[in-house]
Formats: sequence, structure tokens, C-alpha cells
Amino acid sequence: MTRKDSGGEFTAGALTILPLLVAVVVYGLLFGTLAAQKGLSPLEVAIMSATVFAGASQFVAVEIWTSPPGIVLLGATALMVNLRHVLMGAALAPFLKGWSRGQIYGGLHFMADENWAFTLKRAAQTPVTPAYYLGLALPLYVGWIACTTLGTIFGGVLQDPARYGLDFAFTAVFLTLLVSLWKGKRSVAPWLASALAAVAGHELLPGVWYIALGGLAGSLVGAFMGPPALPAKYRETAKEGGNAA
Amino acid sequence: MQLDPVSLAAILAMAASTYFTRIFGYWLVRRTTVGGRMASALEAVPGAILTAIIAPMAFATGPAESGAALITVLLALRLPLIVAVAGGCLAVVALRALLA
Repeated sequence: MTRKDSGGEFTAGALTILPLLVAVVVYGLLFGTLAAQKGLSPLEVAIMSATVFAGASQFVAVEIWTSPPGIVLLGATALMVNLRHVLMGAALAPFLKGWSRGQIYGGLHFMADENWAFTLKRAAQTPVTPAYYLGLALPLYVGWIACTTLGTIFGGVLQDPARYGLDFAFTAVFLTLLVSLWKGKRSVAPWLASALAAVAGHELLPGVWYIALGGLAGSLVGAFMGPPALPAKYRETAKEGGNAA
Repeated sequence: MQLDPVSLAAILAMAASTYFTRIFGYWLVRRTTVGGRMASALEAVPGAILTAIIAPMAFATGPAESGAALITVLLALRLPLIVAVAGGCLAVVALRALLA
């Protein structure tokens, strides 16, 4: 592929992801504000956004952040919150044929819900090039680092977050994410199990282990809810890719 | 611009486990297929985790918080997510004032 083609592919990807940057700006500023309330510095937030780059797990981390922070707890919680990446990476695998090892293992660091979805959409029509994938990913990545850092710098000015209902902001963010994760009947039992275990764990256990307890209960119940509702096409191609490799 | 060593270690622990989740699915599919119970369990994880995080605040704190949670969900069904978040925060302020 020529340099010019790569430029065109990159631009196509970037234009596709552009409308979603509005949400990145708003959530990024909100995240920075909440991180500042927990005493994280702009530099720490910038490093976290660059090296972790996973919104939901970063919101959770700041929610359970203490000073000094619990290293093992934060690492383990990020692992659990981001477990969905395992499924996402599995679905993406068959479409990365022809990429170099560096492009694959470097590119996967930038895999987020939004560019993952658009990558699969593209893959249904034409092979996905690293340049197109980078065009999807880079605006999100740079925007997320910039907005979370700015939020930390300016959000630190806000005093008494409860006055503005900001202590409820985490709950509200996660509720809106939950609405988008709702998969009808198959969500009812796992979520109910998770809620019950979490409320019980919150009463009985120290710290934030109620999150792990609820997550475990919900996924155990989820194991018995039948196969995931991935489009059949992706499951088939994933299987072929797996056998071929 | 301060950088606390313990905070940095915690951030790097998060980064390492998150990167692991990103490459593990690809790595796994190249060797085997994730199917059956395992796939169903993995699929349920994000919703279960998010539910667990919000459950104490939404169900076991007070009527103002439970009411605001309901309002947030109703807003999120129809409106952009950020409007729902703002509405939920306003609702909790209003309900706390009303029910205090």
C-alpha cells in the first residue's frame, strides 16, 4: 500500500469517529473533575489516560481511589471491568490478517468500544487496514488524554461536589452505560444476582470488595444464559480464523 | 505537577491488566475458540460489574438516590447520555432538598 492510500484510509477512519468525540470531551472533562476531587494530579491523570485508555475502568478506579491507593485492588478491578475486551479482541482477530505483529499488538492497546464497533462494521465490507484503524483510534486517544487532563486542572477548583450532585455523577454515568448494555431478558438474572450480591457485600465486607463479589455473582449466573447474541457472521468467521491460525 | 510513586504503581498495575485484556482475546482465538458457558460468562461481566458498582448507591442509600437513579435510567432511554447524567445529578440535588 502506498503512502497516499494510507493517508486516505486514515482520513476515512478519522472522519467516521469524529461525531463521537463530543461524548469523549464531556466524559473526559467529567472524569478529570472527579479525579481531581480524589486528589489525583493532572500528570497522574494524563499518564492513566494514556496507559490505561479505558473509560469505565478509569471511572471505577477513581471511585475506589484512596490515598495511598491500593495497587493490587486497582489492578484486579481494572482487570474485571475490562474483561469485555477479551471477547472484543476475539471478535476482531479474524480481521487482522496481513497485519504485522507490531501492528496487531500495538494496535490492540487502542481498542475501545467505539472504534471496535466501527472496525467490525468496516470489516463486513472491505479489509481493515492498520491506517484506517489508526484513523478511528487516534482522535479518541488524543481527545481522551487531553480532556481528562484539562478536567483535572480546572475541575480541581470545584469545592463540595455533593452540592451539585457530583457525588451521584458516577452512579449516573454507570446507569447510562448499563442502559446501553441492556440485552433484554438475558440481562435480568445476571444483573439481579449482581445487585443482590453487591448490596449484601457492601453491608458485610470492608472496602470495595462488593464490586468483585457482585461481578462474580453476575457472570456466574450469566454463564447459564445461553450463547452470546453476537451476529452469526462474526461467530462463523471467528471460528474459521481460529482454525486457520 | 506532582507524581506520587504509589499512585504511579497503581496506574501501571491498571495499565498492565487492561492491556492484558486487550490482547488475550486475540491470543486465545488464534489457538482455540471461546464458546459455550465461558463466552456467556464473559459476556455478562461488564453489566454485572457496572450493576455491582451502582447497587449500594441506587438501592441501599435512600429514597432520593433511588429516585434519581430511576430518573437517570428513564432519561437515558430517550436522550443523549450526557443529558441523562446531568439530569440525574440535578434530580439527586432536588430530591435530597425535598425529602430532607
